[in-house]
Amino acid sequence: MSFRYESLPVLQEQLRKQELSCREVVEHYVRQCHDHRHLNAMLEVFEEDALIQADRLDEKLRNDLPLGKLYGMVIAVKDVIVMKGKEATASSAILQGFESLFNATCIDRLLAEDAIIIGRTNCDEFAMGSSNETSIHGPVLNAADETKVPGGSSGGSAVAVQADLCMASLGTDTGGSIRQPASLTGTVGFKPTYGRISRYGLIAYASSFDQCGTFTRNAVDAAMLTEVMAGQDPHDATSSSQPVPDYAALLEPPAKLRIAWYPQTIDNGKLDPEVKQQFHDLLEKLKAAGHTVESVDFTYLDYLVPTYYVLTTAEASSNLSRFSGIHYGHRTEVTADVDEVISRSRSEGFGEEVKRRIMLGTFVLSSGYYDAYYTHAQKVRRIIRNETLDVLSRFDIIITPTTPTTAFAIGEKTTDPIEMYLADIYTVQAPIAGIPAISVPLHTHSNGLPYGMQLMAAPFREDLLLAVTDHLMQHFR
Amino acid sequence: MNKESYEAVIGLEVHAQLLTKTKAYSSDIAEYGGDPNTHVSVVTLGHPGTLPVFNKRTAELAITMGLATHCKIREHNLFARKNYFYADLPKGYQITQDQTPICTEGYVEIGESRKEKRIGITRIHMEEDAGKSIHELDPYFTLIDLNRAGTPLIEIVSEPDLRSGEEAYEYLTEIRKLVRYLAICDGNMEEGSLRCDANISVRKKGASEFGVKVEVKNMNSIRNVKRAIDHEIERQIAAIENGETISQETRSFDAAAGTTFSMRSKEAAHDYRYFPEPDLPPLRIHAAMVEEIRSGMPALPKELQKRYEQELGLSTYDAALLTAEKSVVTYFEALIQHTTRYKAAANWILGPVREWLNAGARDMDDFPVAPAQLAALLALIDEGKLSFSAAAQQLLPVWVEEPDTAPDALAQKLNLIQETDEAFIEQLVDEALKAFPDKVAEYRNGKKGLIGLFMGEVMKRSKGKADPKVATALLQKKLEA
Repeated sequence: MSFRYESLPVLQEQLRKQELSCREVVEHYVRQCHDHRHLNAMLEVFEEDALIQADRLDEKLRNDLPLGKLYGMVIAVKDVIVMKGKEATASSAILQGFESLFNATCIDRLLAEDAIIIGRTNCDEFAMGSSNETSIHGPVLNAADETKVPGGSSGGSAVAVQADLCMASLGTDTGGSIRQPASLTGTVGFKPTYGRISRYGLIAYASSFDQCGTFTRNAVDAAMLTEVMAGQDPHDATSSSQPVPDYAALLEPPAKLRIAWYPQTIDNGKLDPEVKQQFHDLLEKLKAAGHTVESVDFTYLDYLVPTYYVLTTAEASSNLSRFSGIHYGHRTEVTADVDEVISRSRSEGFGEEVKRRIMLGTFVLSSGYYDAYYTHAQKVRRIIRNETLDVLSRFDIIITPTTPTTAFAIGEKTTDPIEMYLADIYTVQAPIAGIPAISVPLHTHSNGLPYGMQLMAAPFREDLLLAVTDHLMQHFR
Repeated sequence: MNKESYEAVIGLEVHAQLLTKTKAYSSDIAEYGGDPNTHVSVVTLGHPGTLPVFNKRTAELAITMGLATHCKIREHNLFARKNYFYADLPKGYQITQDQTPICTEGYVEIGESRKEKRIGITRIHMEEDAGKSIHELDPYFTLIDLNRAGTPLIEIVSEPDLRSGEEAYEYLTEIRKLVRYLAICDGNMEEGSLRCDANISVRKKGASEFGVKVEVKNMNSIRNVKRAIDHEIERQIAAIENGETISQETRSFDAAAGTTFSMRSKEAAHDYRYFPEPDLPPLRIHAAMVEEIRSGMPALPKELQKRYEQELGLSTYDAALLTAEKSVVTYFEALIQHTTRYKAAANWILGPVREWLNAGARDMDDFPVAPAQLAALLALIDEGKLSFSAAAQQLLPVWVEEPDTAPDALAQKLNLIQETDEAFIEQLVDEALKAFPDKVAEYRNGKKGLIGLFMGEVMKRSKGKADPKVATALLQKKLEA
């Protein structure tokens, strides 16, 4: 069977006409996963479960029974989103062998709409990293150049879509963990508004930043997936009660967009000159197409990355306290008193980057330093959010590059965490402000690697981001 | 120097386990007991990916306690995480309140109504309990039961207004009375559903600065709180008198020895790294909710106690006993709808009825006789148709088995109705006096105690049914004549 996936509406049409069966589609992806094992994107392929689900759907198709909105969609899931009866490791030694007793809410919702879950994807340990190199399972290779990183932390999910190991994948985004790898792999990476999709079942990194999102080939798939997963969840008190629109039916953008950009983020030595040129060219094209494009001063640029790291590490230091070796997960072989068992289990179970962030977070919350760091950063977060919302009250979209460069070499930045953190400059603003953002794969660099442009919009304007993404991909690619 | 020149300064922190159906942040049932680790879902277990969802009932009960102790109720509440590692704390932090306790600046009154003292309540905040570590069941392992983990608590923190173990005893008694009365907590200190820690310091009388405070834990009864405080005050005074300095530390009470011993010093204290709980949105308490709770609350024991003393003429002691428990108040209030014999009503509840309850370890709710029926019995006694002792000793034990029988019918059936007919009793009195002419002479010569003998004789002749009041009056009249 020669099968080439384009989009979910096209696939569903093919399935309806019985040109294809779900079983054939799943077999195709299982083969793809097998053939691309060296990329290390998939940690586990649920061949049996996926085939059972496929047969069930084929049976429904044959009997003309009602089908869910996502029928036939083959989806891979980042290994920080838990699934009942499946291992859930967060790419950490401390959770090796741990099986979840429940499904994340987003997984339940996907399955209820007849999606097919094909497997678990590799990621940075506890979603902490920008290169997928902190995973206990080893790095993921960028399918565009296997000497390069795919970005992180959702590197496996990005490559799974990039290398056609599935139709779409789920990631989580705390400071750019979906959008940055999407940029480096040439996929559409979408992080909805904070609270749009339930966090129940996401292994928490930083609770007030974490948001589940998608990797897809196009805007329509992201729209259909997000519509199914979004909406209030009684298990997550921070999930929003805002009604969920039919995003896929709203892919027509306004004829005249008001677009803002920040000159300080562009006139910046860290930005690749070719990316910079392409960004300016894109702005010109948008102007030429009749859109309003204006530069806007953003006063707090230098505060974005520090604010992000103070607050996320503080929350992480507490969120990761449950991994103690007492109740589940890795426990030290050493017999000792309870404090020693906890301390050793954690020392053995956590990797370097996770330890670094736990230590940082513990420090910024400790008495005597709390006000100087945590309280201060909370205030700055509020200011950044207000200023961002102010810009978005005057403009529809803020546009930036997603990443300052294309994918870097495996091992290139692992010795310099500060350098790695600074690469988050474009992506941390959206989760600090709680707004939705998307990375749109518009360009290929002369080095042959893809990179994306990022769009941000006001809270709960997922519809606008998806419509503009669809439009840009059709007319500005 | 003697200890009279010192003054103790004591503040209490009371944890009360709330009587909610489910836990504070999950839908697991919150019930004492049960097989170990049976009231646990993935949320209680702190499994990766789980999130807390606040149980509104926790806030309702906290507000109820706040209103009962004259607190201000906070509109804008935040939850906070208190971080520390322990084996029976699955998440590695406790969800509590830090800067924004739900109730603040209240008080309770202790002491008799004429010399009341107000003890300030600094704050009441909501939090969740930890599980239990069990060390004694296995020689090699500590076992953990997480049934209690996540059950809701309120912590009630007093101002340092207490000055003695006795005052602490009264304060804690009042707190326990309130939480039981309002069905906030079952108030069981032995099972740990009500727990108390004490902060104790001493200073020279008249000093304006506080002394160094010591925290004492592990006192599992109100009496032990008093014992521990009394001991700790003596210990601290003796230490100061010996020229030692008191160090800020946490001590544990040894109930067997009646002494305290050091658990940890201040230096070893935790840095709990409190910060706002990001998994729970702020909790807004609307004025309407507070008013709804207030209007649904019963009259409080202190108010009732005053009313019983002032309006019903009961003694302070009786009024305090009657208001100690909600079920007793409910019964008594119903009873006094049917009778104005308040003193007799109190005597019955606190006497024969309470004896019957205690004998079977029963609760007031178990008493089967309707208040109206008991009021009818009080009337029979007052009219002399039945003696108090016959009613208490002979009628009541039968009555509780057939509570629907009217008391006069039952008294008839049991042959307990007293003879009040004066002519009949007079005849018996005359017979008794005739039978003992020498004793009559002795009486008239001043041996007044012999009236008991004549009384017994009258009773014997009436088979116990003569109204003693009538008989006494007739005997006296004839003997004095």
